[in-house]
Amino acid sequence: MKRLVNQHPPRTIGYLLGLLPFVLLLLAYVAASAARLAENPNDPLLPSLGTMFETFWRLATEPSRRTGELVLWVDTAASLTRLALGVGISMLMGLVVGILAGLIPYAGRTLSPLITAVAMIPPLAVLPILFITFGVGELAKVVLIVFGIAPFIIRDVQQRVEELPTEQLIKAQTLGASSWLIVLRVVLPQVFPRLLDATRLALGAAWLFLIASEAIAATEGLGYRIFLVRRFMDMATILPYVVWITLLAFLFDLLLRLANRWLFPWYGGRR
Amino acid sequence: MIVTFRNVWKTYGRDVVLERLNLEVQAGEFITIVGASGCGKTTFLRMLLGEETASRGDMLLEGAPMPSEPGPDRGVVFQKYSVFPHLNALDNVLVAEEFARARLTGRLFGRVRQRARAKALEMLEAVGLTHAVKKYPHELSGGMQQRLAIAQALMKNPKILLLDEPFGALDPGIRRDMHALILDLWRRRRLTIFMVTHDLKEGFYLGTRLLVFDKVRHDPQAPNAYGANITYDIPVGRVEPEVLEEIRDQTGLPVAGEAGFRG
Ligand SMILES: Nc1ncnc2c1ncn2[C@@H]1O[C@H](COP(=O)(O)OP(=O)(O)OP(=O)(O)O)[C@@H](O)[C@H]1O
Ligand SMILES: [Mg+2]
Repeated sequence: MKRLVNQHPPRTIGYLLGLLPFVLLLLAYVAASAARLAENPNDPLLPSLGTMFETFWRLATEPSRRTGELVLWVDTAASLTRLALGVGISMLMGLVVGILAGLIPYAGRTLSPLITAVAMIPPLAVLPILFITFGVGELAKVVLIVFGIAPFIIRDVQQRVEELPTEQLIKAQTLGASSWLIVLRVVLPQVFPRLLDATRLALGAAWLFLIASEAIAATEGLGYRIFLVRRFMDMATILPYVVWITLLAFLFDLLLRLANRWLFPWYGGRR
Repeated sequence: MIVTFRNVWKTYGRDVVLERLNLEVQAGEFITIVGASGCGKTTFLRMLLGEETASRGDMLLEGAPMPSEPGPDRGVVFQKYSVFPHLNALDNVLVAEEFARARLTGRLFGRVRQRARAKALEMLEAVGLTHAVKKYPHELSGGMQQRLAIAQALMKNPKILLLDEPFGALDPGIRRDMHALILDLWRRRRLTIFMVTHDLKEGFYLGTRLLVFDKVRHDPQAPNAYGANITYDIPVGRVEPEVLEEIRDQTGLPVAGEAGFRG
């Protein structure tokens, strides 16, 4: 008998093992839900899978009686717009500020302490300030996301730039590159895959800040909906929404990972 | 005189790394540099590169003060990290042309690009990399990466080429091929080369002139109070065995492939 640390499951068994916890959780839920509903068919806490699916389907396909809109899609579009804006602006800031601070000594000396300080501020603590300054509209929500994840992305990009071997920067100069061309042809392309990696890691936090700000002040959005129906203990809406959000988050993560592999074939193979 | 050093010192704070360097180098010389680890050989090259300035004394490049930052007149190949990992072999060489001719976009297009490409391919052929133009550095062996780095450096026709232990990480057989390559390029392109090496055999037989760096003054209380100096400056190929022994004792360096050394 080999040691446990040396025993590897065959491929298919590995996949099945990965599925196992999900199946078990689902079974446990179904059993608990069935037991509760047997006692009281109107119990809202653990709705059956069928009820949840029906609710979700209705939100996705039937116009709301109050507004005439397809609630799920309106919510999704609103949330994703905010998320995309917040994450996009953060990525842009990450590139510009991170490369400046990492490559240009004068910029680094000026910006690094500020970035470090800002990164220490808990973003949710400034949420009221954002709502007061920018109003309860879209801007405050986007700014919260930027506030929450941009410092992290900037620092990651800056660190990656600083990690570039000096030899490469010297080499570029001996080949006649100006500072600008060093940025354009040496630094930027090597930092881009790292930017996508950093963004992947920051997405979780971005969702957190999005939902937090939507919960407090919004008129539509995935987070807004969840917190709205919480008052009616409408688990049949909340649970599918959570699954939906998780699915979206998973898709973005996958997309960024694939983008890295396709766009930067040299990235994984570095020594 | 392509390079002149007049009483050059290099100090970091109170640590003296190099002291009283006097040197005159003619265009076309192939200078090898040996010395104990940490004696300041890389520092010497970095001063030639313009990455470090002299703390005292004058460094001249073709009679004018040495530029204080790296530039296309001085090419370099390091032991590693000399090539760009995100560019394939062709682009690694082509980028040298693009740096020079596309100051804003960093990219060439159309016929200009075709011409630059042809030049880059010629250079890759000169170093024997024709079959690998589309490969990324991580797909190349160590020797091929160094060939690529040499091709890159030669694109600029540098006045001097600086090599810091360029073959130190390579197997002996491959190292021999690289010696042949660098000698061939040196002769045909009339290069001026400074090459640091850890391998005494390389130092004694590769170039035209050997420099040995060593500390001549010692203060046991303060090991960094005195810097290294050029202790031997001799033509290569005419070295007496006794001198070789002396240098070997002084620098503590091994001689790779010792068996065939004297033959
Ligand atoms: N930026 C620096 N600040 C302080 N000391 C330095 C700096 N750069 C080099 N030194 C010191 O200068 C000395 C010479 O270093 P250098 O790298 O030139 O040696 P080397 O001869 O190339 O050694 P090796 O054969 O191991 O490559 C070392 O003692 C090193 O600690
Ligand atoms: Mg060195």
